[in-house]
Amino acid sequence: MSRLLVCPPDYFRIEYEINPWMRVSNQADPERASAQWHDLMTVLEDRVGALLERMQPVSGVPDMVFTANAGVVDGRRAVPSRFRHPERQREEQYFEAWFREHGYQVTLLEESLYFEGAGDLLGFPDAWFGGYRQRSDIRAYSRLSEILQREIIPVELVDSHFYHLDTCFCPLSGGELLYYPTAFDPYAQAVIINRISEDRRLVVPRPEALRFACNAVCVGKHVVLPTGCPETVTMLEARGYEPHPLPLDEFMKAGGSAKCLALALD
Amino acid sequence: MNAAQETVHLQGHIIDSLILAKVLDTILMMGGTFDLQEVQIGGTREEPSRARIIVRAASPELLGEILEAIQPHGASVDRESDCTCEPAPADGVFPDAFYATTHLPTQIRLRGRWIDVGAIEMDVGIRVDRGLTAARAIPMGEVKRGDAIVTGRDGIRVLPLERPRERDVFSFMEAQISAERPHGHIISDVARRMQAIREQRERGKPDVKVLLAGGPAIIHAGGREALTWLIDSGYVHVLFCGNALAAHDMEAHLFGTSLGYALSAGRAVPHGHEHHLRTINRIRAIGSIEKAVRTGVISGGIMAACVRRGVEVVLAGTIRDDGPLPGVITDSVAAQAAMRAALPGVSLALLVASTLQAVATGNLLPATVPTVCVDVNPAVPTKLADRGSFQAVGLVMDAASFLRELARELGWKA
Repeated sequence: MSRLLVCPPDYFRIEYEINPWMRVSNQADPERASAQWHDLMTVLEDRVGALLERMQPVSGVPDMVFTANAGVVDGRRAVPSRFRHPERQREEQYFEAWFREHGYQVTLLEESLYFEGAGDLLGFPDAWFGGYRQRSDIRAYSRLSEILQREIIPVELVDSHFYHLDTCFCPLSGGELLYYPTAFDPYAQAVIINRISEDRRLVVPRPEALRFACNAVCVGKHVVLPTGCPETVTMLEARGYEPHPLPLDEFMKAGGSAKCLALALD
Repeated sequence: MNAAQETVHLQGHIIDSLILAKVLDTILMMGGTFDLQEVQIGGTREEPSRARIIVRAASPELLGEILEAIQPHGASVDRESDCTCEPAPADGVFPDAFYATTHLPTQIRLRGRWIDVGAIEMDVGIRVDRGLTAARAIPMGEVKRGDAIVTGRDGIRVLPLERPRERDVFSFMEAQISAERPHGHIISDVARRMQAIREQRERGKPDVKVLLAGGPAIIHAGGREALTWLIDSGYVHVLFCGNALAAHDMEAHLFGTSLGYALSAGRAVPHGHEHHLRTINRIRAIGSIEKAVRTGVISGGIMAACVRRGVEVVLAGTIRDDGPLPGVITDSVAAQAAMRAALPGVSLALLVASTLQAVATGNLLPATVPTVCVDVNPAVPTKLADRGSFQAVGLVMDAASFLRELARELGWKA
């Protein structure tokens, strides 16, 4: 059974602007946000069959709802995030405490090494990919590959709309990759082509990439993604996946969607 | 040294991710160059790789821009440290861990700033002044107890030679030795350099000099007139030689022979072997070569030309010398020091027909000085290159033919 870490949106608001999606003037509707989040939880628990670990939200730390950025978990080891923006650095202590309280072996990165958790580090069983340049520092991956004893291939993110790797790159359980190539620099595009054969690469069209089609949660054959991405849904179905489109537009106001709202714990 | 450089490190999964390729491409695209100093490729997929890269640019500003561009891709500038210094334990003795120099441009880092090491030459040490603001190369024998001598390898960098702007034989910057290749273009290039240096001096830059270090074969083989003309015409400004070259040059003037052979007829003359001894004795009686020239006893030839033109001559003695002539420095350490003192400003060195002079001068010259080594024996330029003077262009030919051809290129009519 897949376990996911989530955090209720009790204090979710747009309090600052740290990515091109955020506008303080375009405030999230708390009731709608809450309803969308609860619908997502229902699908994850009832349809997908995931086990949810709920964190205690903290007042004044609005982006804690995006638990994908808590850190990265590999087996019983957890490496908590080091956020680039001071606005999100306040979350670090709560995520670290949660990992410790739940028995994870916690390894801390030095403070100057920005690393935004599973938002930027995603992978297949044989190779992990680390997004850098927008948020995480490439140097974090050389340290993480030592800690986790894994190959981590750094890929440069060049479009600020796709500021985390999980906004444009989604490995699927069958070995396919759902991704938006132009979010990457030419070297990273070449590396992805070299590493993932053509039949496994599912290229998301730009309008759907901008609706965060790639910000999807894949558990087994289930893929939970935002609504408004029909071509992506068709591609997934053709590969035998069961897509679950959900309205998550309140969270898009902060630059996040399904994947940002959950952290895979195993 | 207008080129700026910095060493950077890159580590992680830099090969498959094309990060290394991206960093190197970025350096080149921005107009810099690089030396991939070391690449360690991880043994397994999980194991990271490492690379050490020297980044170079034409100016510190451009270097700064390049470093700024590659740092986001993980290139981190080497943690630089100042060089270490230890006091010399006694006069003439370096500290145990002293840094031994090369003859390439060298910089050391003092209080966070890179400074050039002055008077660089190979196989000596580096002394830092009391104020920690300047440094120069210093031979072992000249060190004084308590002098601050650079030790270890931290905070020291050796810069590669920049390609000269002139596109001539020296622009290859590597020893080329062959008896089979045509000499003409090399001699033309040397002549062009000498012409340019003479013009610079005429325009008021007396510090630019041509050095000729030569052996007595120049006289025996018949190169005396050509060399005399070169000196008289202002193309040679420093002469390194031994007792023999001076003695046979003046013997030729006084007796018309060189080591007893009549230079014009090319055969031994009766009692000719005594001529160089009588010459040396005559000059010893007069007191100095300069006085012999000024009083008219020696009015022609190389030494006379040197005195007339104010050429700086260093006469270094050896254990086989007859006499020697007045002015010959018989203490070899003192001779080396006198040669060293004459080097500042030397912009072209001609090492002609003397193994001893060629190697001794090669040891003292910085790699930045274009050098030609002329000898009939290919072993001489080879020896010079083997001892590290890689910048020397080797010319396997007779000394007289070389000097005559060179002089003709420069307008000698004979």
